Amino acid sequence: MKNNWPLWEVFIRSKQGLHHKHAGSLHAADAQMAIENARDVYTRRNEGISIWVVESDKITASKPEENPELFEPAADKIYRHPTFYDMPDEVKHM
Amino acid sequence: MADLNSLEAKFQEKIDNEIKIEPKDWMPEKYRQTLIRQISQHAHSEVVGMLPEGNWITRAPSLRRKVALLAKIQDEAGHGLYLYSAAETLGVERDDLIEQLHTGKAKYSSIFNYPTLTWADIGAVGWLVDGAAIMNQVMLTRTSYGPYSRAMVRICKEESFHQRQGYEILLTLSRGSEDQKRMLQDAVNRFWWPSLMMFGPSDKDSVHTAQAMKWKIKRKTNDELRQQFVDVCVDQARILGVTLPDPNLKWNEERGHYDFSEIDWDEFWNVVKGNGPCNKQRMDARIKAHEEGAWVREAAMAYAEKQAKRRKEETTQVA
Ligand SMILES: [Fe+2]
Ligand SMILES: [Fe+2]
Repeated sequence: MKNNWPLWEVFIRSKQGLHHKHAGSLHAADAQMAIENARDVYTRRNEGISIWVVESDKITASKPEENPELFEPAADKIYRHPTFYDMPDEVKHM
Repeated sequence: MADLNSLEAKFQEKIDNEIKIEPKDWMPEKYRQTLIRQISQHAHSEVVGMLPEGNWITRAPSLRRKVALLAKIQDEAGHGLYLYSAAETLGVERDDLIEQLHTGKAKYSSIFNYPTLTWADIGAVGWLVDGAAIMNQVMLTRTSYGPYSRAMVRICKEESFHQRQGYEILLTLSRGSEDQKRMLQDAVNRFWWPSLMMFGPSDKDSVHTAQAMKWKIKRKTNDELRQQFVDVCVDQARILGVTLPDPNLKWNEERGHYDFSEIDWDEFWNVVKGNGPCNKQRMDARIKAHEEGAWVREAAMAYAEKQAKRRKEETTQVA
């Protein structure tokens, strides 16, 4: 018989003040069990103080084929970076 | 077809430029299949590897040894999980992988088909078996497939205590009674050669090596890793006061490495083919655990479904 426990993605906040970061995935019957399993698997050595779990198939991801239209437009907009602007050396605190 | 060729060329270019491949990226079917085979085999090894050590949990000589061994074995379960998850990103299902293990279609490391007869064996497993595994896994942190590489980084962080706990067991025995020293030497005698076999067939007989190196799935060959392992073990053995069971083991000034005897490849292939001392026992234990746990997995799912239904009814009532 097939194990029909869904797959969950696990995100861990390693300490107060930091983002939750993807840690990996696991199977669990429900969200509560996913958190308990994530505790056992991903935080055995104080790696976390907060856990998020989300069912893997609820995540929508961008497609690598779409990368050019999504990300390339940013490449030639160098005026979005502070180094684009000419500043004489004597200007301080800017 | 020209399209496939250019996709493959682009793929190889990424590999050559050390750009990691991620799950949704295009990859040659053969690359995907090689990874599924290698990662699942690795996962199975972590899981089956718990069995020979589990054999000694209730007989560990002190509470200190017992908690350490338990923690180590728990880590191995986690390693199995990280690796199964990495394999699943390639579009296979966990259950299918486990079925391949149970039907004998998939292999696992043949080292776990050797028995752990004495407490010293637990020390030898930590020192040599985890030691050999670490050598391979450190290399695999640089593998070209992102999820596999990330799993390896996590695993390597956890592994270092495994080898130390094993070595410490042996160090204690080496300072003990004559009987304890004999036990230590006996364990090393039995585990040395099977540990060297863990690196797999010799490069000249390894069918997958060339392609795996080109795709940077592997970054070092079986023989390179094996040599590296022998080189570091010699000093560690000296500190333990044990003799590594190889009369031809000696420093080769010219090569800058230790020379060692040819491995008994008949024994290696014999164990791979299922005729090792514990192959049947290991698989029986795995299958029994899986089958006897089935009702728990089903009950958990039924409970989760019932809870979800109840929550849905409550929200519609409120509305
Ligand atoms: Fe491991
Ligand atoms: Fe380990």
